[in-house]
Amino acid sequence: MTTLIKATDLMKVYTMGDSQVRALDGVSVEIGSGEFVAIMGASGSGKSTLMNVLGCLDRPTAGSYALASHEVSRLNRKMLASVRNKLIGFVFQSFNLLPRTTAVDNVSLPLLYAGVYGREAERRAVAALETVGLGKRLDHKPSELSGGQQQRVAIARALITEPRLILADEPTGNLDSRTTLEIMALFQSLGARGITIVFVTHEPEIAQFASRLIVMRDGKVIADKKQTPAVADPDADAHAAAPLKLVASAGGAA
Amino acid sequence: MTLLRTIPVALSALTRNKLRSLLTVLGIVIGVGAVIAMVSIGEGAKARVAKTFENIGTNMLVLRSGSSSRGGVRGGAGSRQSITWDDLEAVRRVAAVKYAAPVQSSSAQAQSEDQNWQTSVQGTSPELFEIRNWPAKSGRVLTDVDVANKAKVAVLGTTVVENLFGAGADPIGQTVRINRVPFVVVGVASSKGTSGFGGDNDDVVFVPITTFNAKIQGGLGRYIRGSIYIGATSPDATKAAQSGIEQVLRQRHRIKAGQDDDFRVRDLADLASAQQQSAETITSLLLGVALVSLVVGGIGIMNIMLVSVTERTREIGLRMAIGATPRNVLTQFLVEAVALSVIGGLLGVACGMGVASYLAGQFGFEFVMRADITVIAVIFSALVGVVFGLYPARKAALLDPIQALRYE
Repeated sequence: MTTLIKATDLMKVYTMGDSQVRALDGVSVEIGSGEFVAIMGASGSGKSTLMNVLGCLDRPTAGSYALASHEVSRLNRKMLASVRNKLIGFVFQSFNLLPRTTAVDNVSLPLLYAGVYGREAERRAVAALETVGLGKRLDHKPSELSGGQQQRVAIARALITEPRLILADEPTGNLDSRTTLEIMALFQSLGARGITIVFVTHEPEIAQFASRLIVMRDGKVIADKKQTPAVADPDADAHAAAPLKLVASAGGAA
Repeated sequence: MTLLRTIPVALSALTRNKLRSLLTVLGIVIGVGAVIAMVSIGEGAKARVAKTFENIGTNMLVLRSGSSSRGGVRGGAGSRQSITWDDLEAVRRVAAVKYAAPVQSSSAQAQSEDQNWQTSVQGTSPELFEIRNWPAKSGRVLTDVDVANKAKVAVLGTTVVENLFGAGADPIGQTVRINRVPFVVVGVASSKGTSGFGGDNDDVVFVPITTFNAKIQGGLGRYIRGSIYIGATSPDATKAAQSGIEQVLRQRHRIKAGQDDDFRVRDLADLASAQQQSAETITSLLLGVALVSLVVGGIGIMNIMLVSVTERTREIGLRMAIGATPRNVLTQFLVEAVALSVIGGLLGVACGMGVASYLAGQFGFEFVMRADITVIAVIFSALVGVVFGLYPARKAALLDPIQALRYE
């Protein structure tokens, strides 16, 4: 297993008036390719700040961060944007889809900034939507999709640039329990394909689907352990779409 | 991401809020529309002035007797008779003068077989038709032989033909009585339309100057009681002709240096350029007002772009998260602002042309479009979009992606 993320002694200090807040206080973490990692912690524990730094949205005050062997902690805004575009896919709690825009157009959005246009962009968007089981909802707008479907469009958007890393911030925070299972099953199947997934949650029952659990408090990592992931099977007590079932069992085998 | 790829993105963002986009561009539409309409109407007015003076004759001067001044009472132009028939011959010899034709006119009753009509009877010589660029529509104009023979022949204007013989009739060879004297109609002058001052150029009967003196005025006087129309050798020679005539007449009338002329030479081209200048002044004033409204339109665009940036903060954050550089975001919003203003500009051109062609119809102007002004107006409105879109676009580009994504 190759190392994808190697963060050493990350510090992030916010100055608020006279007082200094250490959002990250010496965090070191190493994550290999294909790992499915959950970060847990109470609010204010620094887990969101860690996600922002890992996602190249923010730069650490001190420490080093190598993503896919590239030192990215001192890059400028333009280069960080390029790194985000090529190496990282984001999934948000509130989906962040463009309103009144079709699923295909939403999914192909990152390609616009990667220099892929037209027919090729559309072909890849359709393929990404098929991967998340939305091959029949290509031209639907967000308002015509359920919450779970919207999140799957967002995941397809994160996948389209074929990133090494997917970062998800409370990806199931706005979803009901059954849809949550579907999304987790989808993540597990992506993990089986070698994509590294790191997600933040505050619910232990969601974190149990990950293969590794990092717990944070007061800007420090207080626990970091591998675990046997629970199998996310939305069909445990009901019938569901066939592809998801396959996905779920594949995730379970990993 | 290339600039070209940003255009469809910008357009789709604008069409998400059609009514708002439309209202936003209204200022630009009105500004550009006003510019286009003003310029078109101004050009139309200038064209009409030019045409009016072309009808009169562009290289034409008019010589009249001066004003009298006896015992402190000053008469109007022509109140003192001073120009003699010999003066006319002297004027004809001035270098820059090509033609000189005396015109004496009198209001008289003209009669055909069954109709009569009061019109202006003008005694003149054949040169007048050259000076005023006024050929016959049918038959012929007056000739030197007519003048020499004091022939009782007449050339009618079309209005007179209509009133005496009916519209479209051919009166050549018929007899018209003017003050009971029978004249044979030898020609019909082509139509010149209105004079531009409300008069009808075609309500006229031309007869030889000699016949006019003998039969209508009642005897040849010493002075010419009317005007002398003078054609310069070219439009550029009118000034030379004017000074030449003044010199010759001052000499002949023995006017000492410092004394006022007892005659007056008027250059109609001066009048034309004065009218054109006033038309231009009004046009440029209105153009200034229109430019102000363009700037106001630009402020409207800036306002709505600022609202748009605030509204779409999360979208901006998302775009940045998935790889948009600050420059990409700047370009996107700048292109949106320019797209708004250019769409406004194009709509404005359409509206301006519509208004101009309607008003041209109402005022009887020719509808003139200036391609250069149209292009400048559209470019200028694009410029307004750049200038007023830059601040909102910069604001968007400088957003912090983390805060933008969290924005509620």
